[in-house]
Amino acid sequence: MSGLMVDAARCVGCKRCERACAFGGIVVEGRLARPTDACTLCGGCVEACPVDAISIERDEAGEGPGRDLSAYRDIWVIAQVDAEGALLPVVFELVGKALELAEARGCQVVAVLGEAGRAPRQAERLAATGVAEVIHAVDERLAHADAEVFTQWICALAEERRPEAMLFGATAFGRELAPRVAVRLQTGLTADCTALDIDPKTGALLQTRPAFGGNLMATIECPAHRPQMATVRPGVFAAPECVTAGAGAGADLAAGIITQALLAPEVAPRVIVLDIEPVIGGSIAQAERLVVVGRGIGSKKNLPLMERLAELLHAELGCTRPLVEAGWLDYAHQVGQTGAAVAPKLLVSIGVSGAIQHLAGIGGAETVVAINEDAAAPIFGVADYAVVGDAVEVVTELIAQLEARN
Amino acid sequence: MHIVVCVKAVPSSTEVKMDPVTHTIVRDGRESVVNPFDAAALEVALAIKDERAAAGEGCRVSVLSMGIPATEALLRDGIARGASDALLLSDRAFAGADTLATSYALSCGIRELGSASMGDAAASGASEQRTASSGSAAPGTPEDGTAMPGSSVSGTSEHGESAPGPSLPDLILCGKMAVDGDTAQIGPELAGLFDMPCVTDVRELVAIERGRVTVRHATDAGIELVEVPLPAVLTVAKDIAQPRMPSIAGVRAAAGVPVAVLSAACVQADPARSGLAGSPTQVVRSFVPERSDTCEVLEGSVPQQAARIIALAEEAGL
Repeated sequence: MSGLMVDAARCVGCKRCERACAFGGIVVEGRLARPTDACTLCGGCVEACPVDAISIERDEAGEGPGRDLSAYRDIWVIAQVDAEGALLPVVFELVGKALELAEARGCQVVAVLGEAGRAPRQAERLAATGVAEVIHAVDERLAHADAEVFTQWICALAEERRPEAMLFGATAFGRELAPRVAVRLQTGLTADCTALDIDPKTGALLQTRPAFGGNLMATIECPAHRPQMATVRPGVFAAPECVTAGAGAGADLAAGIITQALLAPEVAPRVIVLDIEPVIGGSIAQAERLVVVGRGIGSKKNLPLMERLAELLHAELGCTRPLVEAGWLDYAHQVGQTGAAVAPKLLVSIGVSGAIQHLAGIGGAETVVAINEDAAAPIFGVADYAVVGDAVEVVTELIAQLEARN
Repeated sequence: MHIVVCVKAVPSSTEVKMDPVTHTIVRDGRESVVNPFDAAALEVALAIKDERAAAGEGCRVSVLSMGIPATEALLRDGIARGASDALLLSDRAFAGADTLATSYALSCGIRELGSASMGDAAASGASEQRTASSGSAAPGTPEDGTAMPGSSVSGTSEHGESAPGPSLPDLILCGKMAVDGDTAQIGPELAGLFDMPCVTDVRELVAIERGRVTVRHATDAGIELVEVPLPAVLTVAKDIAQPRMPSIAGVRAAAGVPVAVLSAACVQADPARSGLAGSPTQVVRSFVPERSDTCEVLEGSVPQQAARIIALAEEAGL
């Protein structure tokens, strides 16, 4: 059976494993480390051990289904369109990353687009991004985000064509679709990757994601199963200009081929959409400039001031979770682990203390300016520029200067 | 109607802190709590059960978890809040499970809950609870004595999907995600394993009637009102419901209800699909992320500070 092994001859009882473990899964008793019931076999202690006394034994009999990994090739990007039928920006971000990985690996990028054809020429747009091929289906059954319909289509394609890796946007839909595909293909899936790398020789995808709200990063591999699957939050990778240029320029480049692939006739949607209240306002995940406010702005009556600042900066307004919970702003504005991951060029953080869960959502920001009264606030640990002062006073001055400028 | 609520024990959130000097995780006590999203899912299930009870109909709510033996206390707490029965899958063979192996283990547990023996235990547990709570402050409230093991069988046969062997629940409820893992994969994976429709990030349960459930849920396009046939999997947002506290009568009753603690072999879990062996993904490295320690403090008067910020905004394309 699989388990955590401690080499008693090597263990010196230094307790570094005990301190490194997030679960209380290993204790040192009588100068010897011993795993407890709480051990999740995460491997944190293996890394922490200075004398290489700890290892994880894997049950080889259960290791993988004995798939021939060399039969799998290419990197697939699973595309998604919005309610109007246009490709989501995250698709181009994924294509950009996939092209980079494919170059290292010496393989091709294939985009997979299932849509109901609400907007014209989306497959052509995708084909112009530098991908070798777009697998395309237009079908009314793909109109609504019924993940099961997409799952059946994508799995049928994947079983036939055997991609080595598949990338999904970690949108609400992608986060539902990817697990369904993974369970059907019985393969591994890593959610919300913030970095992706590939081993050029083995094709192993090195998937890095935050654990414990960003306190720790974990790099995850899927060694014996294919396809390797990962989701990536919108805004985490920047879409390279060559990718977006192609997508906007109307397919003048050496475009990838477009292959039509039909959806099996027996596939039937089960999720019936009765009504929809569209999201109002811009998306904070895509904003170039973002003003993010937290409890430190004092009271709700200061909110219009913050909205005015955002307006003058041509920025979107985001906030921390407590403000959503207090009902000051709605969920669409929430930035952080349970809200949106954002990647603006400039993020002005106002009255935000910087809880770990919040910081997990702002890692993609290029420049962070933080305004906070408390010089010890954790937000300053991730900020590039700090203003220690009263939020309202600074914002009022900013507004005055910006208004004078116009 | 039979509802299974999947819950996960997570470290109470303040517990996960990094020591800024040693870069190790600080654990003040090792208290575990039910993942708050799952606690909200249980509340949704209990509200359905109350509603059914008021209408004189049966509803069995089972709480299911995979975890260390100590998780039993959290499941018993679920019974104290009003769940009919609980099953804990606890075995070293489950350790090291990624989401694929976890959803597989839970699917074995869900089948086990639908087996005749678990159903009977639930029925007797329910009647015990009724006895124990009959002296409570609401003597006129109909209790769940009508929750018979056969109710879920008739529930599924309504839409012609009753299969031989254990019956599947009408509804599987999960939290949208766990606060520690944040993968949000278990619900959709369970739906995939049972070939059930799935609705994620449910904000409001509108109705359950005629073998269909209607909910409002958050999507990329906005809040959608959707309808799916039962049996189905729903994953809920944390603010969908405020979890109730256990009643004194509930706590007393829960003390008498056995929480089934079963091993991998007991639920016929395939060892090759369980725990570390059944997990395609492996953590190969974990490390402390680099933080920007190049923070420049903007000195000077407020107008000077503001001018610097505006200059930065201009650099960012303003």
